[in-house]
Amino acid sequence: MSATSETIANPDHASPRKAIALRVAGSVLGALILLLLPVFVKNSLHLNLLILILMAAQMGVSWNIIGGYAGQISLGHAAFFGVGAYTSTILFINFGVNPWIGMLVGGAAAAMVSLPVGFSCFRLKGHYFAMATIAVVEIIQVVFSNWEYAGSAVGLYLPMEKQGWSVMIFSSKVPYYYLALALLTLTLGVNLLISKSFLGYYFRAIKDEPDAARSLGVSLTKYKRTALLVSSFLTALGGSLYAQKELYIDPGSVLTTALSIKMALVAILGGVGTLIGPVVGATVLTSIEEITRMLFGGTGRGTDQIIYGLLIVSVAVFYPAGIVGWFLDLARRRKARQSRPGKE
Amino acid sequence: MDLLRVESVSKKFGGLVANNDVSFTMGEQEIVGLIGPNGAGKTTLFNCIAGYYPPSAGEIWLQDVNISGMSPEQCARAGVGRTFQIPRTFASLTAQENVMVGALLKNHRVKAARQRASELLTFVNLGHRSDKPAGSMTISEQKRLAVARALALDPKLLLMDEVMAGLNPSELREAVEVVLKIRAGGISCLIVEHVLEAIMPIANRIVVLDYGKKIADGRPSDVSNDPHVIAAYLGE
Repeated sequence: MSATSETIANPDHASPRKAIALRVAGSVLGALILLLLPVFVKNSLHLNLLILILMAAQMGVSWNIIGGYAGQISLGHAAFFGVGAYTSTILFINFGVNPWIGMLVGGAAAAMVSLPVGFSCFRLKGHYFAMATIAVVEIIQVVFSNWEYAGSAVGLYLPMEKQGWSVMIFSSKVPYYYLALALLTLTLGVNLLISKSFLGYYFRAIKDEPDAARSLGVSLTKYKRTALLVSSFLTALGGSLYAQKELYIDPGSVLTTALSIKMALVAILGGVGTLIGPVVGATVLTSIEEITRMLFGGTGRGTDQIIYGLLIVSVAVFYPAGIVGWFLDLARRRKARQSRPGKE
Repeated sequence: MDLLRVESVSKKFGGLVANNDVSFTMGEQEIVGLIGPNGAGKTTLFNCIAGYYPPSAGEIWLQDVNISGMSPEQCARAGVGRTFQIPRTFASLTAQENVMVGALLKNHRVKAARQRASELLTFVNLGHRSDKPAGSMTISEQKRLAVARALALDPKLLLMDEVMAGLNPSELREAVEVVLKIRAGGISCLIVEHVLEAIMPIANRIVVLDYGKKIADGRPSDVSNDPHVIAAYLGE
């Protein structure tokens, strides 16, 4: 009997090692492809699409910390994105502060903004929380639209006189590609670190059963605020990079509810609460957005919105766990089917 | 010193008096059964002790700490563990991860928490289920999982809300064994229970509530012969 159980156990022991080897090989290959892409993609339109995908993914991964892991659906993340973009830009234009430092200051500023936002909005739950966060973006948008120092509704231009890594301004798209890739990698790293630490467990507990989490000593307000703090900091870094890439920001581009919704949608479509979900979601969503824009041009400006709407509805109805959740489920079912005859 | 002192606790919801001047004490390593007809205020009293409701009047002491009016998370830190009537396990987390959330309170290191969770899952006879998502487990398993999760806090007092309701005879025996092991480990248990044949043999004392008031407090054999208790359960 022990012999049979060993023979059954053996392939089980071998498969995780094989799976790890496969995963490492896959990651190395993926990293190589990502690093070498700009060498092959010469068309700046295509390269721009890749940058947009990376930036959208970075937003989704940042949003995922509060919206995915901790389950607090924020539709106000454009506020943090905008604060990041405006802070680094104003510091650069008016005080000549290097954008690398400006980016960090922007992140810190957004984290500061997240404190009163969390203080007031986390008194609300579920849909009411989401609605309150929409109000936050609208308020900040009105403030920046009327604030002359911040360019009012006209917006702010970044001067292109000086270029290079020290001012984070380039005429070529290639450096922006690497910057976006680096920022996404950093954001994924923070996400991974959190999900493996006690914070990850606390966030998921709060999402599943807040009352039970409290009975285990988990303070809801403290940890929701922590999640929002980290999430807002990372979102703001993305905002600063956006400003450096576009060289122009205004309230209509970095402080809109549509942008907030996009961040949430990228994560929800790909799979909330998973590391790679928002990256998948960003790839699908940004591609659709840009392709419709190319096909229909200026006249079809609403087309991407229609497709957004359809996607939200289909994910909510057919697969709330998102694309990655769907694949994980498929794999689990396949594994269950394979292991069943062995066990009997 | 008593482990738990409930002193004249009242809890009112508007005009409804859910707990009316309830007092009792619990010693170390004691199992106390809290019984009473439906709507007697048992769960309300639990929620007062665990910090979910602030009492309208009266005080609750855990050893020399006044815990009345503390938040649930402060009560957990002070040494009160609890389970809920419906298990409220974290459905998307595995059994082991559920218990880890409790173990992470006093030590934020994930590795240590994982180790502690494995021990506790074995303790409640769920060692073989540790990788299963809690949402896919049976109610009986989820109830034991909730107990393991609360034990991970290293509490001084464990409040169990109907952990034995709806179990079949063999599951019931298993649950009773777990409760006895918990007491043997030095933790006092306050148990709300409707399954009297399960709680009567193991409890050191029984406290009976009816319409929010305490109507009896004593050894199980005395309480079950008390005319007030019989009247409350069967009617005059």
